[in-house]
Amino acid sequence: MWEYTDKVKDLYTHPKNVGTIDNADAVGEVGSIVCGDALTLYLKIEDNVIKDAKFQTFGCGSAIASSSALTEMIIGRTVEEAEKITNRDIADYLGGLPEQKMHCSVMGREALEKALANWRGEEVAAHEDTEGEVICQCFGVTDPLIRKVIRENKLKTVEDVTNYTKAGGACGSCIHKIEDILTEELKNQPVAAGASVKAEKRPLSNIRRMQLVEETISDVVRPILQKDGGNIELVDIDGKRVMVALRGACANCLVSDVTLKNLVQEKLREFVEDDIEVIEVR
Amino acid sequence: MNRTVYLDNNATTMVDPEVLDAMLPFLKERYGNPSSMHDFGGDVAKDVELARMRVAELLGAENDYEIVFTGCGTESDNFAILGTLAYFRDRRHIITSKVEHPAVLNLYRKLEREGYRASYVPVDRDGNLDMEFLRKSIDDDTAIVSIMHANNETGVIFPVEEIGALCRERGVPFHIDGVQAAGKIPVDVKKIQCDLYSISGHKFHAPKGMGALYIRRGTRIRPLMYGGHQERGRRPGTENVPGIVSMGKAAELALRHLPDEERVRALRDRLESAILSRFSNVQLNGSKEARVPNTTNVGFEYIEGEAILLYLNEKGIAASSGSACSSGSLEPSHVLRAMGVPFTAAHGSIRFSLSRFTTEEEIDYTVSVLPEIIERLLEISPFWDSAAKRCRPVSP
Repeated sequence: MWEYTDKVKDLYTHPKNVGTIDNADAVGEVGSIVCGDALTLYLKIEDNVIKDAKFQTFGCGSAIASSSALTEMIIGRTVEEAEKITNRDIADYLGGLPEQKMHCSVMGREALEKALANWRGEEVAAHEDTEGEVICQCFGVTDPLIRKVIRENKLKTVEDVTNYTKAGGACGSCIHKIEDILTEELKNQPVAAGASVKAEKRPLSNIRRMQLVEETISDVVRPILQKDGGNIELVDIDGKRVMVALRGACANCLVSDVTLKNLVQEKLREFVEDDIEVIEVR
Repeated sequence: MNRTVYLDNNATTMVDPEVLDAMLPFLKERYGNPSSMHDFGGDVAKDVELARMRVAELLGAENDYEIVFTGCGTESDNFAILGTLAYFRDRRHIITSKVEHPAVLNLYRKLEREGYRASYVPVDRDGNLDMEFLRKSIDDDTAIVSIMHANNETGVIFPVEEIGALCRERGVPFHIDGVQAAGKIPVDVKKIQCDLYSISGHKFHAPKGMGALYIRRGTRIRPLMYGGHQERGRRPGTENVPGIVSMGKAAELALRHLPDEERVRALRDRLESAILSRFSNVQLNGSKEARVPNTTNVGFEYIEGEAILLYLNEKGIAASSGSACSSGSLEPSHVLRAMGVPFTAAHGSIRFSLSRFTTEEEIDYTVSVLPEIIERLLEISPFWDSAAKRCRPVSP
């Protein structure tokens, strides 16, 4: 039996705001009957204030409790206030959730996001990541989603996968599965162009080196910096000296020297040539 | 509300008061070591051997010494499989079913990682084994076939006699995980022609912490542990005397009460038909024919199993679920998935498992409280239109 708080028990036995709203101003649907968790959230919004909220949930006790908690938390709040609610807030409202059940609070947060997007008339992205075997139960991250993110971002380690998808970030019991997926994906990945050239240990032609530097900056380095709100611009290449300029959050970052040395240079050395030198130009 | 209606007997059972009475002296004054030379210990050895005889009788074993006491069902399974593989080192192929207990399945997964080739026999929609697949899987490299006697989730009984004859004919060691069968249906290891048969005491009213493995006379097997001469060196370590005595008593009582299982079957059928006729969103998981008498597994559509369990729990009813949310691992039941049960019903599956202590009144109480639970959860569910009393079209 899970260790549910009294608040969770109270709310799954006596959930508040169950039902639908006719002519709702906003509807948010997440999950599916296939993955075992689904929540539909209905909102009545007047003058930017959430006047009423109702829900229907297909899921376990903590899913019902999280849904109920969410509606109680947002009724009477402005849209802006509601937007600030995180899944952590939902879990805190419940006096905490077992780690493996944290995804129930994430589902609440997602339903709210979708409902508010729906209210604004924004396009809501299709939920392609709910199909397939769930690897990380805490955050409900599926096998296909992990593979997609590994491929798109050329991830190499479990820590990378956790940072990008949250998978493995809570209880950690799926880390061995993430490792297996990584091993498989890395095996299937066509060896990176740079790596293959490097493996051949042929001296690079100037053109080839420039191509590889450009590829590495755009495919490897930039996505990492963008994650922290930064960016990078390739200014010039002179032999093995690569001139770059840091942009966005990186530009005024006091540790940009470290960023340069540790990240850009390391990646270029890994994918292009061992003796690449990186120089920052402002 | 303090009553408990315990309908989770495939998980564990209550200790029969007679069993407790039988074991208590060995926790008190009769604490001697059965290996000792003096009578104070030596007399205890006689009770250990009596218990061994009772367990041998329960399984239809020819000789008492074919029974080795272990610490649990999982240990028995591991001993049987690893002990056999340790003997037949040149054979690298192992066979089991897709619906085994984790005690076997996870061991097979580990062996696969170590280089063994494993075949997993599939089941059909009713949970019945694909015998043709099994027949074709056996080859000269096969070291062991391990198949359960009855499935813990659905109660479906497998044709172990047919498998026994097949393995005998092909010269392949045959292990049966009989944890869910012993005490519920007659077991005759001689007739089955199996080499190894695992059981667990707490599934038939002994306390937890006791298992046994039947090892047919002449079966090639190596021990997992090395130490003293206990259990003829096959499972060394000072005997868990109170546990062994309790298991012997429980085996004796199980054999004596086997005819009562017809009463259990009638109660189970009463519960099952009440559920199947009362609700439109429910289906039976597992064959209706070949099943142990105490188990029923029903899948409610559009509602989730853990929620049902929690609501049942509020009413004092203990059951279990194959839903993804209710298990510690959070994985949906591998048994129901192997059977091809649709996700819509697998998530809402509930297992009720009875025992000889289950009363008619308890079943009637359960039948009486289920409707409000199911209807309340349907009301909460986004996939059910309570006004129209039918499912809503499910959005993609």
